[in-house]
Formats: sequence, structure tokens, C-alpha cells
Amino acid sequence: MKILVCISKTPDTTAKIAFTDNNTKFAGDGVQWIINPYDEWYALVRAIELKEADAGTIIHLINVGGADNDPIIRKALALGGDEAIRVNSVNTDSYNVASQIAAVAKDGGYHLVMTGKETIDYNGSSIGGMLAELLDLPYISHAIKLDLSGSEVIVVREIDGGEETDKAALPLIVSCQKGMAEQRIPNMKGIMGARTKPLKVVEPVDAESLTSIASFELPPAKAGVKLVSPDQPEELVRLLHEEARVI
Amino acid sequence: MSILVYIDHSDGHIKKQSLEAAAYAAALAAQSNSKADAVILGTPPTDVAVLGNYGIQKAYTVSDAALDSFDSQVYCSVIAQVAEKVAADIIVFSNNANGKAVAPRLSAKLKAGLVAGAIALPDTSNGFVVKKSVFSGKAFANISISSAKKIISVNPNSFGIKTSGTENAVTENITVAVPAAKTKVDAVNKIKGEIPLSEAEIVVSGGRGLKGPENWGMVTELADLLGAATACSRPVADVNWRPHHEHVGQTGLAIAPNLYFAIGISGAIQHLAGVNRSKTIVVINKDPEAPFFKAADYGIVGDAFEVMPKIIEAVKKLKGK
Ligand SMILES: Cc1cc2nc3c(=O)[nH]c(=O)nc-3n(C[C@H](O)[C@H](O)[C@H](O)COP(=O)(O)OP(=O)(O)OC[C@H]3O[C@@H](n4cnc5c(N)ncnc54)[C@H](O)[C@@H]3O)c2cc1C
Repeated sequence: MKILVCISKTPDTTAKIAFTDNNTKFAGDGVQWIINPYDEWYALVRAIELKEADAGTIIHLINVGGADNDPIIRKALALGGDEAIRVNSVNTDSYNVASQIAAVAKDGGYHLVMTGKETIDYNGSSIGGMLAELLDLPYISHAIKLDLSGSEVIVVREIDGGEETDKAALPLIVSCQKGMAEQRIPNMKGIMGARTKPLKVVEPVDAESLTSIASFELPPAKAGVKLVSPDQPEELVRLLHEEARVI
Repeated sequence: MSILVYIDHSDGHIKKQSLEAAAYAAALAAQSNSKADAVILGTPPTDVAVLGNYGIQKAYTVSDAALDSFDSQVYCSVIAQVAEKVAADIIVFSNNANGKAVAPRLSAKLKAGLVAGAIALPDTSNGFVVKKSVFSGKAFANISISSAKKIISVNPNSFGIKTSGTENAVTENITVAVPAAKTKVDAVNKIKGEIPLSEAEIVVSGGRGLKGPENWGMVTELADLLGAATACSRPVADVNWRPHHEHVGQTGLAIAPNLYFAIGISGAIQHLAGVNRSKTIVVINKDPEAPFFKAADYGIVGDAFEVMPKIIEAVKKLKGK
């Protein structure tokens, strides 16, 4: 089986969120970059588990971005991918990124394409679905479990207020979230091995962008907390009822 | 211009998030002097007429039983055909489970720019710009859509379920080709008797400060009294004190209830990311230096085990129980 895992680069979860260029660009200088946690912990680790269960499985990683993305791609390879492809392009919007991935995936013979459920920076949840449509493949989003059973895939996805179990044939596109796998730390052998694994750079195809970021804003600061004495907790209930009017 | 809103339903009723999407579509229509119609797939819910209260006069139904099971590819194809027939140029979804699965597909199919997770109506004073939350709740982005066709998915609990009409919506059944699904729904497992976190107006949440799962009675009792959903911090779900679906934060669910009531949670940046869009935040923590107090509206610096029973008593009194 051949799996393609989509890897995105995001700021670390503790990174300071600030903007430059008249609030049109994320201030990335000095920021620690990581593999988008959903891509790493769930999509990639689950793919690695499938390979551990069936040694014939091949895992390719794909990232759309510049050469400054190579460190996070190497880290993903250290965790377990076999080889990586970087589409040498500047991310403009989800549609453009999905078009770039589709161009690579189209003739790649992949049985399974896995993404994280969303990136922690743009929170779009869009790449998997767009890719599925561009490749005319079925798509199951927000999967919390994925198992192979013969030629069939059994996927449990989160729905509003519950779970749904789906069966599908391959090829299939799945977006992954918590439940799929557990976070892993790359070991020394993996890190050494990653240096010599192929990281192929391909040039982007012509693709449109349908959206652009006009500006960013930071949320207004909170007015400050109103503290209630621990000796009078019922006062808190009164405030929530009469002042905030939320209960 | 014409607007089409996709209405999701389950157990014979329109989902709350879809009423919010309907209200959004109606407000967008009012703002742009156009009209908003709805599209409903599968055996129609019993309460289609109610859409009229939210400003939708007409609902197109594709009442093919094959659509009673969800498949993103089939739904996308059907909605695209309906959108074409009614000449819709803006399509609105709720950014809920099915919306997240279908809206991006439809965006690629129609080459319609998508803003996933909109929190306000578009600003059309200079182009078509929609505000959404980014960096997991730590900032907002104003996204400009440049394509002629547009798709907006509305974040649950961000616009409000606003009413704007009194007449019943009329239904028109519409026939389109329903392709065969390549995925098959085998089982649906709803968590009975619980309010889904993403829909809840009040959320009571517990952290590692509660010491163990045996102490969750104070969380669930308060939640029951307030008609609230329950949530927890990540380490609590990681050690299985609570189920994974309760985990909120940067790597869990992002929620925006009217009231988020946090007990024994420190308020780490990754936790705040998922909850800081809540309208009112209450923090109960014994450490005055807990970072959560900086993001809170109300708080008590105190021991949850002493404070919570008194709070529960006061709420009981308030609710007349
Ligand atoms: C990449 C990454 C992603 C993450 N994603 C998430 C996420 O999505 N969601 C999330 O929640 N976390 C996430 N975390 C973890 C986060 O950093 C914190 O570790 C976590 O939120 C802490 O959980 P907590 O507040 O329950 O526990 P603690 O940090 O242990 O805090 C417990 C709190 O309870 C208080 N307390 C103790 N006893 C009492 C008492 N008797 N009465 C009242 N208060 C008491 C303490 O003062 C303390 O503030 C993530 C971390 C990383 C690195």
C-alpha cells in the first residue's frame, strides 16, 4: 500500500501571535516552527503504524512551501516517512495548495491520502476536501480511527454529538484527529536515517487562488477579571445571573 | 445575487447550527438586497417550515432516501446541481461536522472561494471580505474572496440564531441526479442525553486540579443544573479521567459558548486557544497566579472542593430546585 501524508508547517503552540506590514503578515521572525500537530500526531503516526503492521507499505510526505520548510520535513522523515516531496511554492490559499498536492498525487498511485483535521494557524479544515474533489475521490473528514480490513477501510469519524462508522474502498482521502494515534518522539536512529532519505523538490503547477488575506486583527483585551471572595461563592452565582445574564 | 444555505438535520429535526447558518444567510440577503433559499437533502425533517422564522422563505428538498446516509462526494454533487438550478452565487454552510466535509469539496468543484469558520457577515464596502478566527482563537483574519462564486461556512455559536420572519417557509422538491456513494455509513453512535459540546451555550469544564475522575461529580452536577455540556483539559483526557471528545483547546475542540466555567484548570496558552472566544469565562482556581485569571471575566481564588458545593447550592436555589 502507498500512503501520502500531507504535512504543513505552523508556528509552535506557544508562539507569540503578532503581525507586521500593516497587519497583513504573521510576524514569523524568531518564531519556532513545528509540524502541524494534527498532521504529525495523528495522520503521520497512524500511517507509520500501518507500515509497522505491513512492511510493504510505502509512506510519502508532501509539503507545499519554500526551502525554509525543509527542517520540519526532515523531522517528519525522522518519525518515519520513506521519502518526501516539497512543492516549491509560496502558500497563497487552500485552493492553491490543494491544487499543488493534487498535481503530485494524481499520478502517484496512492491508496490513501492522509491530512490533519486542520492546521493550528489558519484552522481551515479545507485541504482534504478540496483535494478529494480535485482527484474525484471519496473523503472522510475528522477521523478518530482508521483500520484496514482486506481491501476495505473502516473509518470512525466525529459527527455532531457522536461518532459514525464508515466503510470505504481505496483509494480514499482521510483527515485525522485525536484518537487516530498517539504522539511519538523521533529516536536517534530515525534522526540519523532522515538525513539520507530522499527529499524531492518539484516546481509548482499553474493554479489559481480564490481567496487572500486582507488583514489580521488581535482580539480586544479583556477588561480584567472580577474576583469574588471564596467565602461568598453565592455572590458569583448572583453576578452570572444578574450582571452577565448568562445563567 | 442569490444565496443558498445548506440545512443539516438529524433525528427529524433541523440542527441548531443550521438555524444559525439560515439566520446568517437571511441577514446576508437583507444586506445585499437579494434572497436566500435553503437546500435540504434526504428525507426532510418535520420542521422545515420553521426556517421562515429565520428569514428563509423557500426550502428546496432533494428527498431521495439514498441521501439519508452522508457521503461528502455525493452531497457535494447534489448541492452543486441544486446551486446551479437556482443560480446561487453564494452558498452558506454551518462549519459543523458535515459542513467541514462538504464545503471545501464544493469550493474546489465550483471554484468558489471558501471562508471556513466565518464569525461575521461579509464586509462588501471594498470587495467581499469575511472575518474568521485564526491561530486557534488567538487572532482574526479578514479574508477576501476574489472568485465570482463564494462559499461561507459559519462557525457555530458565532453569529447567533437570530429570528427575522414569521411566515412558514415553503418547500419545493427538486430532482437531481444522485450518484452512488463510494463510502457506506455502517453505524451512527450518538452520545445519548448529553448536549454536544459544539452546540452548548454553557460549558462546565474540569482540569487536573480536580485530582481524579472520582471528583467529577461537581462538574456534572453543575452542568446538569445549568443545562450545560461538560469539557476538560487535555491532560485529563490523556489519562482517561474523561472521554477524548471532551478535550478542548488548541489540539482538541475549539468552542465559543456564552459561558465557560473552568474548575481547576491552569489556563495554559494551548487550553485558552480553544476557549477564549467564549463570551463569559469563569475561573475557579486555588492559585492566584494561574494564567487563566488573565483571560477570565469572573473568578474565585479558592479551593474547588470547598467553593463548588456552595456554588452548586446557590444555583439550585436560583433554579428553584
Ligand atoms: C503542542 C501542545 C498542545 C496542547 N494542546 C492542549 C489542548 O488542546 N488543550 C489543553 O487543555 N491543553 C493542551 N496542552 C497542554 C497545556 O500546555 C497544559 O499542560 C494543560 O492545559 C494543563 O491542564 P490543566 O490546567 O488541567 O492542568 P495543570 O496545568 O496541572 O493545572 C491544574 C490547575 O488546577 C489548580 N488546582 C489544583 N488544585 C486545585 C483545587 N483544589 N482547587 C482549585 N484549583 C486547583 C492548580 O492551581 C492549577 O492551576 C497542549 C500542550 C502542547 C505542548
